[in-house]
Amino acid sequence: MTLLSVENLRVTFPSDQGPVEVVKGLSFSLGRERLGIVGESGSGKSMTGRAVMGLIGKPARVTADRMEFEGQDLRNLPESRLRALRGARMSMVLQDPKFSLNPVIRIGDQIAEALEFHTALNARARRAKVLEALEAVRIDDPERVARQYPHEVSGGMGQRVMIAMMVVMEPALMIADEPTSALDVSVRGQVLDIMDDLVRRRGMGLMLISHDLNMVARWCDRILVMYQGRIVEELGAGQLSAASHPYTRGLLASVPRIDEDRPRLPVLDRAALEAAR
Amino acid sequence: MIGIENLVVRFGPTTVLHGVSFDVTEGESFALVGESGSGKSTILKALAGQVQDWSGRMTLGGTGMKQGDAPHARQVQMVFQDPYGSLHPRRSVDDTLSEPLAIHRIGNRDARVLAMLDAVGLPRRFRFRLPHQLSGGQRQRVAIARALMLEPPVLLLDEPTSALDVSVQAEILNLLKGLREEKNLTYLLVTHDLPVVSFLCDRLAILRQGRIEERANVDALREGRLTTPYGRELFLRSTQG
Repeated sequence: MTLLSVENLRVTFPSDQGPVEVVKGLSFSLGRERLGIVGESGSGKSMTGRAVMGLIGKPARVTADRMEFEGQDLRNLPESRLRALRGARMSMVLQDPKFSLNPVIRIGDQIAEALEFHTALNARARRAKVLEALEAVRIDDPERVARQYPHEVSGGMGQRVMIAMMVVMEPALMIADEPTSALDVSVRGQVLDIMDDLVRRRGMGLMLISHDLNMVARWCDRILVMYQGRIVEELGAGQLSAASHPYTRGLLASVPRIDEDRPRLPVLDRAALEAAR
Repeated sequence: MIGIENLVVRFGPTTVLHGVSFDVTEGESFALVGESGSGKSTILKALAGQVQDWSGRMTLGGTGMKQGDAPHARQVQMVFQDPYGSLHPRRSVDDTLSEPLAIHRIGNRDARVLAMLDAVGLPRRFRFRLPHQLSGGQRQRVAIARALMLEPPVLLLDEPTSALDVSVQAEILNLLKGLREEKNLTYLLVTHDLPVVSFLCDRLAILRQGRIEERANVDALREGRLTTPYGRELFLRSTQG
């Protein structure tokens, strides 16, 4: 079943030199699966996620031939309708819990905010839901964490709180924009594992946006490789080594390996990539 | 070149380093690996003279450091993780690179700045740009250039590539490796990324909760022959993630 289908998505920003297109005619569809979007800074991957969430405001312009989520047309949806979708049916996990959690509100209250906005539950029922969400992200002592402020928890814990905040409404689509880049390697696995588990158990669709090709390949069913606003290659999870586009191959080759014996790492030849386009 | 013996660092009532010892010889590249909170960055800070309360013995280039001492800027320089945060937003590349020369009354600044831009692979036309006009990789090149202006024999590198894209990381790692070969620099690198160690370093020490768990040669790392359970765990995590 298709959750989200996007055709010919374009995002344009005005500049002194005329309009600059950062997403150039992207088409993809997402079912109840894990879709990875990979690319470097400036490839337009985050803009794609934000465009779907309706988070790109003026002066940028978002256009698409089709942008449907659960059968609803997202284009030109009034802000009030979008707000009813965001956080309830689709939600987003951002990169750094340090900046995306409100520092002066207790964690439990922040998670409850979505419930307060989207549901008619009373305070007691909200509280129960919050604790349940914290347990779902494997926080051992949810009562205590709910009472804490964001600065009192570690980065990995903060990111789990972010995920709890997202899953408390049981959305159909989860967009995770670099959810583990700000975390230690040791907790990265855990956080991904938690997300993976939630996606499988609750049958959500996951859009995992990252620059880390290898990580995405391990965790997703399907990968889109983006370069300069376009999808240059689509790969199944196991087919990373079969990547054929020079950009994908270049990215893969430039990652150091644990048994590294190359005297120099190969670097992307951007001029050649430009010429090949 | 760097000698650390039984280094203990306290921040108030908490002890963050419990007697750490290691040596780095001249021209060697040594990595400190560990999770956040393991004390790896604190060792760099102590060597840079930014930690007040320490005991033990630290020597840099043969001279011992005393409590409250900062090492001479010509002895050692540091490159930080985030090139967005470590450059002054209102100073051009030229200002950033000339400042250490002015402070140390070194002449021939013009030629030195240009030579350094060439050395770190920045086009000369970038000389009068401000940090916001540069990409992350270019900024990290400026930070490395700044560290090398006084020609110190030792560089302290604190996660120098973890804020960068992989393809840009490859460029910076190549640059660091090339500079070391060219100028016979000694590196002390802090990272959590084992493949980076494999590429850039000769030896490594694995830290955990302020203690060294394991010392190894980079060959042992490449072949997966780490001996302690914690070392193996880190190795497994970085190969399977």
